[in-house]
Amino acid sequence: MALLEVANLEAFYGQTQVLRGLSFKLEEGSVTTILGANGAGKTTTLRAICGMVRTNGEVRFSGERIAGRATESIVRHGIAHVPEGRGTFVRLSAEQNLKLGAYSRKDAAAVADDLERVYQYFPRLKERRHQQAGTLSGGEQQMLAVARGLMMRPRLMLLDEPSFGLAPLLTEELFRILGTIRRERQVSMLVVEQNASLALGIADEAYLLETGRIVMSGKARDIGRDETVRKAYLGY
Amino acid sequence: MDLFLQQTFAGLAFGGIYACIALAVVMIYQATDHLNFAQGEMAMFSTYVAFTLLHHGVPYWWTFLLTMAISFVGGVLVERIIVRPVEGTTVLNEVIVFIGLLVIFNSLAGWIWDYTIKPFPSPFPKEAPFGIKFIGPHDFGVIGVTLVVLAVVFLFFRFTPVGLAMRAAAQNPDSARLVGIRVGWMLALGWGLAAAIGSVAGMMVAPIVFLEPNMMLGMLLYGFAGALLGGISNPVGAVAGGFMVGVLENWVGTYVPFVGSELKLTVALVLIVTVLMFRPSGLFGYVVVKRV
Repeated sequence: MALLEVANLEAFYGQTQVLRGLSFKLEEGSVTTILGANGAGKTTTLRAICGMVRTNGEVRFSGERIAGRATESIVRHGIAHVPEGRGTFVRLSAEQNLKLGAYSRKDAAAVADDLERVYQYFPRLKERRHQQAGTLSGGEQQMLAVARGLMMRPRLMLLDEPSFGLAPLLTEELFRILGTIRRERQVSMLVVEQNASLALGIADEAYLLETGRIVMSGKARDIGRDETVRKAYLGY
Repeated sequence: MDLFLQQTFAGLAFGGIYACIALAVVMIYQATDHLNFAQGEMAMFSTYVAFTLLHHGVPYWWTFLLTMAISFVGGVLVERIIVRPVEGTTVLNEVIVFIGLLVIFNSLAGWIWDYTIKPFPSPFPKEAPFGIKFIGPHDFGVIGVTLVVLAVVFLFFRFTPVGLAMRAAAQNPDSARLVGIRVGWMLALGWGLAAAIGSVAGMMVAPIVFLEPNMMLGMLLYGFAGALLGGISNPVGAVAGGFMVGVLENWVGTYVPFVGSELKLTVALVLIVTVLMFRPSGLFGYVVVKRV
């Protein structure tokens, strides 16, 4: 059974339909990336899975129907959504942000362990843990957002433009850490990314989205070799 | 000098009451961006509840705690049943509901307990401790009680997971939902807490101004003034602002000849207008700067 199953998913902002019947599956432990131009519906796909927009259609997480439920109930199944533009709590300290990531968990001892582990992945956050999140640099805030997601001990991470606003070196560093997290913790990931070559580098499966429809799907390395995709999204 | 000290400490006592109202107002403002105009009337209604409990022979401090608890539940219910349907619609909708609540609580209190002025007891001894002369016993007690309440609220928001979750929900509701916080309930909790804090203000001021359905109207204005002066975006600032307004009001009433006690309320209004004109974010408020 797939960890995440999406079938005929439609999403709307007011009267405007943004997703026009998406169907895809994501296997436990795998990384899938969604590619596409601006406005194709990548971010909306992630928001729809988390119930942050009005949707029709089916979303199943580890077999259970989650479509139509409240966001806060959906994420409690073990889905960590790292939103675009980070969405940190800017007037709370970095450590308070991380603790809030574990808000739905009851196992205090394990949470304390995870906090230490997260600091090992992101040593910069440990240095800055008492600083207000709003005063961190863009890169540090992005790390904080990913780290906060990890604190949930998620089975699935939805990553929306993790490279958003990051310098190339930091982006590489972040993707290296994401790779480590995936190996060590078997977290499945659904990654939306402008930087297609980075995303394809980490992903097993890839989908190409165009105006709310999937127009191509397959193994990430095959998609990466595809002539049309290369021209349109990889730029070489 | 004695007069100065007397007026300052009496001002601090009223300041504590304003600080409670300012805090209650700011808590709801932070979560919703709206001023709850009914905050004062809810506090007045709570005080009548305390009056009834006392009337039935419940000892004062039990009454105090019970009233806070009842107000908390009442605040939660008001949010869930009356405010929630209009949340996130338009500003005007919410403001009208708040004003409606103000009228409803005011009339309800008049209808249940009638409009005659009632005495409300002070729980404090007849004389201030340590033979202090420049402060009345009730004023002394009020400062103590409000400081304790404010400290407890501060500790709650600073150190408990629920307090942290409430702050997160107010700052960024979308992200709060994404970590599993039930934002709707946090808002209801906020209303409950605000109502409980307001009830303290009501019970503390009633022995001074006497209990009647309109007793909190002026208090609410001072509370607003305090919140604005300290900074409507900063709860600690709002509390400080409340104390400052209390002291300032007494100084102006005493030392500016034409103000006296009749024009004291004007001080609050002048303060509100001045702050809004020259420093809209208040003394300790956060100026919202957006990065582009």
